[in-house]
Amino acid sequence: MAAPKKAAASTPQDKTDGGSPPEFTREQELKALRDMLLIRRFEEKAGQLYGMGAIGGFCHLYIGQEAVVVGMQMALKQGDQVITGYRDHGHMLATGMDANGVMAELTGRRGGYSKGKGGSMHMFSKEKHFYGGHGIVGAQVSLGTGLAFANHYRGNDNVSVTYFGDGAANQGQVYESFNMAELWKLPVIYVIENNRYAMGTAVSRASAQQDFSKRGASFNIPGKQVDGMDVRAVKAAGDEAAAWCRAGKGPFILEMQTYRYRGHSMSDPAKYRTREEVEKVRHDQDPIEQVRNRLLAAKVSEADLKAIDAEVRDIVNASADFAQHDPEPDAAELWTDVYR
Amino acid sequence: MPIQVLMPALSPTMEKGNLAKWLKKEGETIKSGDVIAEIETDKATMEVEATDEGTLGKILIPEGTADVAVNTPIATILADGESAADLAKAPAPAAKAAESAPPAAAKAEAPAPKAAPAPQAVAEPDPEVPAGTEMITQTIREALRDAMAEEMRRDADVFVMGEEVAEYQGAYKVTQGLLQEFGAKRVIDTPITEHGFAGVGVGAAMTGLKPIVEFMTFNFAMQAIDQIINSAAKTLYMSGGQMGCSIVFRGPNGAAARVAAQHSQDYSAWYSNVPGLKVVAPFSAADYKGLLKAAIRDPNPVIFLENEVLYGHTGEVPKLDDFIVPIGKARIVRSGSHVTIISWSNGMTYALKAADELAKDGIEAEVIDLRTLRPMDTETIINSVKKTGRAVTVEEGWAQSGVGAEIAARIMENAFDYLDAPVARVSGKDVPMPYAANLEKLALPSAAEVVEAAKAVCYR
Repeated sequence: MAAPKKAAASTPQDKTDGGSPPEFTREQELKALRDMLLIRRFEEKAGQLYGMGAIGGFCHLYIGQEAVVVGMQMALKQGDQVITGYRDHGHMLATGMDANGVMAELTGRRGGYSKGKGGSMHMFSKEKHFYGGHGIVGAQVSLGTGLAFANHYRGNDNVSVTYFGDGAANQGQVYESFNMAELWKLPVIYVIENNRYAMGTAVSRASAQQDFSKRGASFNIPGKQVDGMDVRAVKAAGDEAAAWCRAGKGPFILEMQTYRYRGHSMSDPAKYRTREEVEKVRHDQDPIEQVRNRLLAAKVSEADLKAIDAEVRDIVNASADFAQHDPEPDAAELWTDVYR
Repeated sequence: MPIQVLMPALSPTMEKGNLAKWLKKEGETIKSGDVIAEIETDKATMEVEATDEGTLGKILIPEGTADVAVNTPIATILADGESAADLAKAPAPAAKAAESAPPAAAKAEAPAPKAAPAPQAVAEPDPEVPAGTEMITQTIREALRDAMAEEMRRDADVFVMGEEVAEYQGAYKVTQGLLQEFGAKRVIDTPITEHGFAGVGVGAAMTGLKPIVEFMTFNFAMQAIDQIINSAAKTLYMSGGQMGCSIVFRGPNGAAARVAAQHSQDYSAWYSNVPGLKVVAPFSAADYKGLLKAAIRDPNPVIFLENEVLYGHTGEVPKLDDFIVPIGKARIVRSGSHVTIISWSNGMTYALKAADELAKDGIEAEVIDLRTLRPMDTETIINSVKKTGRAVTVEEGWAQSGVGAEIAARIMENAFDYLDAPVARVSGKDVPMPYAANLEKLALPSAAEVVEAAKAVCYR
């Protein structure tokens, strides 16, 4: 066997369309900053709580990828559904789910979204149209296609936003789903979050076709590569894809070129990439710093930005406090929710 | 010597069919390969091709005749030089059946079922049917179709999806006519993509729709079992009760006839192992209908295990506007005091035959049709065993970690002091299903094995 190729050293936005994405209004910039900061601070806190033993099991942090879910959410409307895999905390916060409920689920407490019975990878909110939180890599792609099927069946104009990673993109059921989605013209946006590593396996070592926007080509599904570190580019691509779906044209694929700063999970040995690579992305392309710098350039005061920081920290600290003091589920909960 | 044309078998288990139409008249010349007649079974209409040359001498079975047994002479062909006078001669010893066009199934289609009525030696009245209810006779296939059609009329959120359910009218004709009544929006042909369409069904169900997902056989559902278990069965629990999944996965399960190892597995034990699923495996036509309607209305994922051998069996189905059989209730179909025989689905065929045989020897068996495997009606089993003190389980699946093993454990846990003998299990043999007719028969349980087991636990 040939030696595996070294991971491509290209930066996430290398292959995306040239030119700047449409500018955000000041309001949009502030909202994007606030929502991304909430995810980052929340995930940092979750990492701390994990280290303290307050969170068990697997815990996959979203730090570095915040612009993807925040930008996509800005392109959606009420009623659109969101579904993703196991790296799901950011998606939940972006859909407006309550930080206390998410953090308390991470600590396995009764106030968690799943009453403590789901954990990090399995949370849902009917109210926010968030359909999980799925621990089997790729399963959410068929399920998300089913959400789109339901929209089509009911004749509404809702869109299913189905997130999965570069690793899940190699699962067979993804292509079974692509085929049906295009065949039946289902309104689903497949958002492939290409963070360049499936656990510890670089894209170049796992994928024959590394341009994920082309993964739907044999089904005639249009696709686009997007700078997933620039929230404006994400929103613009999301708008385009959502319009395509709502017009009844079927599915659309968005490859979000992004990067995960932390390990795959908390127990990642970090042997598969260099510290320099991580630092370079953080320094050059951080999605939050990009927005902050634009806002400062547009003469938003440091004080205003600090106020956002403070608001976010308060929410996160409160959630950590709640999640550590909320009681564990009642023992009787063991037997509930098996059937209804 | 005139050649006899025999009623052909269109599949290995076909026993009879209707002679729909003659396409050649008496006296017409026939060449090998000519289509001479059309035969209908409950599954399909097939063309019969001549394999011999000559003149169509006499049509023995007129068109429009129903239920013509396989291998019945349907016509004679006169060879060159023969005349009608030769028809009086004794039939050729080497008479052979005409060949038919192969069944046009998209996938390896299992053979048509036996048309014989199911043994329905029901001694006990059905508690779900009010006394005096008018009964209609229908096949299990029709009972299933009617159940789906009734529920689809009642609830616009119910739809059917699967391979060949729409235009083909069902690989086993179970969905016949549904496309015509409900249209392509609600009767959906899927690509051959079990894993994918099972997931699509579950996703749709999470939004509140009520899919009926047909698997051409549960053997193919192994491709989809991750979605069935990890997504359908577990999501309600993992979501703290927020997000459930009302969905029916249905299709033929277990052995059909001569379709060998990859198309003959019984998944009763597999699915009944999983909390979050309900598992139903009926035997009688009435239960097929009433339980499928209950399954479609159930807010949980239901595995509905059918049996292809039973599809063509007829039974009495109550003529009621809304006949529902509750999930989770076994039924005593024959009462007795000496030994309890517990089975479900096609296992009941052996159980009931055995009970008849045992009665001749003075052993009165109580036969329980479990009907639902999860939740299992332990109470009915235990009450019976407390009465008889002896039990035999009968299943077509494998014994190890099987449903019979589970029943035996429950009897041991709940009625140990009442037992006069260890529980006996009759099951499919511990081998992949063989193809050869004799070996397949050996691999499946038989009434004789049930009789033997029942006598053993009665120390007879």
